[in-house]
Amino acid sequence: MLVDIQNLRIAFESRSSRFEAVRGISLSLGAEKLGIVGESGSGKSLTARALMKLLPSNAAITADRLSFDGIDVLSASEKQMRQIRGKRAGFILQDPKYSLNPVMNIGRQVSEAWRTHKGGSKKQALEAAIHLLDQVKIRNPREVAASYPHEVSGGMGQRVMIAMMLAPDPELLIADEPTSALDATVQAEILRLIEELVSERNMGLILISHDLPLVSHFCDRVAVMYSGRVMEELKASELLNARHPYTKGLLNCMPSLTHPRDRLPVLNRDASWLTA
Amino acid sequence: MIDVENLRIRFGDREVVKGVSFSVKKGDSFGIVGESGSGKSTILRAMAGLNESWEGRIAFGGEPAALKRPPGFFRRVQMVFQDPYGSLHPRQTIDRILSELPLVHGMDNIDKRIVQALSDVALPQAARFRFPHQLSGGQRQRVAIARALIADPQVLLLDEPTSALDVSVQAEILNLLSDLREARGLTYILVSHNLAVIAHLCGQVGVMLNGEMVEQLSAEDLRAGKTSHAHTTELRTLSVGLEEPA
Ligand SMILES: Nc1ncnc2c1ncn2[C@@H]1O[C@H](COP(=O)(O)OP(=O)(O)OP(=O)(O)O)[C@@H](O)[C@H]1O
Ligand SMILES: Nc1ncnc2c1ncn2[C@@H]1O[C@H](COP(=O)(O)OP(=O)(O)OP(=O)(O)O)[C@@H](O)[C@H]1O
Ligand SMILES: [Mg+2]
Ligand SMILES: [Mg+2]
Repeated sequence: MLVDIQNLRIAFESRSSRFEAVRGISLSLGAEKLGIVGESGSGKSLTARALMKLLPSNAAITADRLSFDGIDVLSASEKQMRQIRGKRAGFILQDPKYSLNPVMNIGRQVSEAWRTHKGGSKKQALEAAIHLLDQVKIRNPREVAASYPHEVSGGMGQRVMIAMMLAPDPELLIADEPTSALDATVQAEILRLIEELVSERNMGLILISHDLPLVSHFCDRVAVMYSGRVMEELKASELLNARHPYTKGLLNCMPSLTHPRDRLPVLNRDASWLTA
Repeated sequence: MIDVENLRIRFGDREVVKGVSFSVKKGDSFGIVGESGSGKSTILRAMAGLNESWEGRIAFGGEPAALKRPPGFFRRVQMVFQDPYGSLHPRQTIDRILSELPLVHGMDNIDKRIVQALSDVALPQAARFRFPHQLSGGQRQRVAIARALIADPQVLLLDEPTSALDVSVQAEILNLLSDLREARGLTYILVSHNLAVIAHLCGQVGVMLNGEMVEQLSAEDLRAGKTSHAHTTELRTLSVGLEEPA
């Protein structure tokens, strides 16, 4: 088992209050594609960060089990985690541009990610980086390699982050909204690239996304989250026939290109979903 | 309400917007879709007065916009940025972020406006005294939308405003934008990669590829597949393909 999460809880405490953002989540993953969808603020990103031990310092975390490839993340040292992060596990954060170093050009950032893992000369690494940028469909990879994060578009920043995370051939890729700033053609290419890595190199993928049709087409399984809990887990291809009222409600809120509606239905949140 | 004529924008010696023209009537909405990196955000930033090195004509309400905008401009025209994290001051609370424009423009009832703005974008009132990093991605994006709405603008430039939102919150925001347009005659320019979102809110759509607006068509034609440029056709085909069950 690549990832095993049992009864994960994450709370924020201050002098006056306690807020439990993740309330007992269990998920596991092998060499497969798991989608996580659900409410904004339901704890998707926090769950991913917990697995990489990247939670804010004021977060209190407990779990019956939280492991990556048998390594207990809760008791792992910072040194052990550094062996995992960016090497054995790539993590594409939700705000990609803010996880890039603003004062280092893009070519150098991607080539260093490559070089720490694969070695070789700086020149070799830069060529590899340019190849990676090309693989994520950046139009003029050489020019972009020489630019700084503030000089690239939203979707280009996302692709740079993807290139960096794929550089060391990770065993696990956690991708938090990796394609939300990409047009459909580039998105399709990136997903094809990720698919290749999953099937050829047995990589595991956790894909966090608000794009239900995308997850349904691309992933194997999908977990639907609401208010810090997993409401249901189902085969991704079955997502459009989900039975849980929250999932059905979500699907009903989507605008459609082929079936226009004057006004979009909104979700009636049911208090029983909080406890069920 | 909005006229853009032969807009050209360059960075150094690279031209990234190569003569783009479109116009939008008051109370209408114009959608911009297309290739990642094709210049969509750059167009919006120039319109919002955040980039002073452009050529061509940008006019609001028939009035050509000067390179440097007068302060009153920012009350009438507001922009929601693609990367909300970067556009929210990290050391200011949400309360402070939302108060800024109303204070600058000497507006009254600021407290009431903030309460209303938070509820308009479906944020809990508890978010008011948090900092941006204490919110989720979608919650931050909603703060950015609330900040744009709070000063009662006439024109909203929206860059991927719902891409970090789950579809239930997205539906609430899209309905809110429709209602405001109806009630106050707001005019929108909406950039999004989601064709269904674009067609839902916008009557007319422009398609960008490599710095050029290669096609303009109505939302009905986009829905019906009456596209003429290959890029538009491809984007539509992929979008319709995903709408079908897996
Ligand atoms: N540092 C923090 N302090 C206090 N609360 C926080 C902090 N970080 C996150 N939260 C809260 O925890 C909850 C879960 O956040 P998380 O970022 O995991 O949501 P998410 O499911 O990824 O949402 P989105 O789809 O909007 O990105 C949210 O309600 C958020 O406001
Ligand atoms: N400050 C800058 N300096 C140099 N080049 C820039 C700068 N800002 C943007 N560019 C370049 O201009 C082009 C257009 O960028 P823009 O952000 O407008 O694209 P976009 O259509 O919004 O893409 P996306 O859909 O990915 O957000 C890109 O090639 C980008 O690298
Ligand atoms: Mg998130
Ligand atoms: Mg952009």
